[in-house]
Amino acid sequence: MTLTLPSIEQVAGQVQSRAISPVDLVRGCLARIESRLELNAFITVMADSAVNAAEAAEREIAAGRYRGPLHGIPVSVKDLIDVAGTPTTSGSAVAPRLPAEDAPIVTRLRDAGAIIIGKTNLHEFAFGTTSEESAFGPVHHPKDPSRSPGGSSGGAAAALIEGMCFGSVGTDTGGSIRIPSALCGSVGLKPTYGELPCSGIVPLSTTLDHVGPMARNVADVALLFDAMSGQTQSLDVAGQHPKYIFGVPEPYFCDRLHPAVRAALNRTRLALVAAGHHVRNVAIEHAARTPEVYLHIVLPEASWYHAPLLSSDPDRYSPGVRLRLEMGRYVLAEDYVRALHLREVLRRAVDAALQGCDALLLPAQPIPAPELGATTVEVDGSREPVRAAMLRLTQLFNITGHPVIAIPAGATDDGWPVGVQLVGHVGTTSRLLHIAANVERYSTGGDGSVGGGTG
Amino acid sequence: MTIEDWLKAACEDAERRGLPELKPLLESLARSMAALRDADRLIDRGHGNP
Repeated sequence: MTLTLPSIEQVAGQVQSRAISPVDLVRGCLARIESRLELNAFITVMADSAVNAAEAAEREIAAGRYRGPLHGIPVSVKDLIDVAGTPTTSGSAVAPRLPAEDAPIVTRLRDAGAIIIGKTNLHEFAFGTTSEESAFGPVHHPKDPSRSPGGSSGGAAAALIEGMCFGSVGTDTGGSIRIPSALCGSVGLKPTYGELPCSGIVPLSTTLDHVGPMARNVADVALLFDAMSGQTQSLDVAGQHPKYIFGVPEPYFCDRLHPAVRAALNRTRLALVAAGHHVRNVAIEHAARTPEVYLHIVLPEASWYHAPLLSSDPDRYSPGVRLRLEMGRYVLAEDYVRALHLREVLRRAVDAALQGCDALLLPAQPIPAPELGATTVEVDGSREPVRAAMLRLTQLFNITGHPVIAIPAGATDDGWPVGVQLVGHVGTTSRLLHIAANVERYSTGGDGSVGGGTG
Repeated sequence: MTIEDWLKAACEDAERRGLPELKPLLESLARSMAALRDADRLIDRGHGNP
């Protein structure tokens, strides 16, 4: 049975009016976590501190000090991000960080009144797309435990669609927010590079890393983004129906897709046109060069951070993650510089494709949720490595830094969620959220509800 | 350094460090390196230096 879970927007007014207590929201989320422990969505559940914070929020609101729509709302944080007093495990058996302070992004959420309910599971050190290499066990897709929810922020997406939290904080170095969002039927935003601070977060690749919000609809993602960026604007799109121009980059991004993904993109495209928006074909020059450029940046940057631990504690890494990190130690400096040089070419190519468009529209993932343990997957009649397939449509925008949001766009015939991405101009993430809130009406059928919840 | 020389040296080093399972990944990286160098050469020739 599909359950439509409440959004932050839906409960915030009731929290403010005291029709709902933050304590009840927290206890409800804790009960959902407890009921599906087998998913391994969380590494640390902060039950006591969350209930204490909810009681404090309740007192504050009763005293007339309501902070805004995140006040009293349970939010989870990927366990790559520092939360004071809890270990930052990064999903690894390597010794965790023991932070005395919150990451700035967590501080901002707490300042907005959000309640941190726990730390979600992930692909070890965010270096994978399936969330199956974790010292705390693989994250399982809530719809079928034999499948992956995607990654690396897999625990966050699983927690969202199971109602274990109302919002989540993920990280995205090659697609790690957007991949699980697409495969689980939730919404995930990778802002413009550098827009949100990554301090207090274990790095994977410092020039590709982004932190961003995940939630069950665009409006909730916008509320979280505002708090995380220290803004106070709201995403009120009710009654607003501007006409946008979308560019669909078909070459490379639509070359090999699961039929249901292709159908979802076409359905969204037709619905936008029917609603009066303009959709045209565009091309991102040199997009096919993305994988080699990405690899020659992410590998040496990841190895730089991990070099001391690879030398002192190599056996504590998952074998696959360790080998990928070791591989980075062999990348030549001249090839790293070549990749940085080509990054500028790709950045200009995305800017050129966006010229005259409000946003690009493209699939978020070429496939629905893969089987856990699969190393290859068939896409459109040919086999390719799972990791390469899952990164194929997302990693370019980590290279170029453009803001991107993944939103649900229906499901396969057997109910597996699929999604689309919207890419905005650099530095216009808030505008991208407005566009996405309009597109969501057509891609999800109107209410923006998630498709993966069970209950 | 040519890709062939790099791959030979990298595989020997991996072997010496007790990481023979790294070889197929290094071979894959060598193919990616060739594609990167091709792109660097072709894109510069066709469009000038960025």
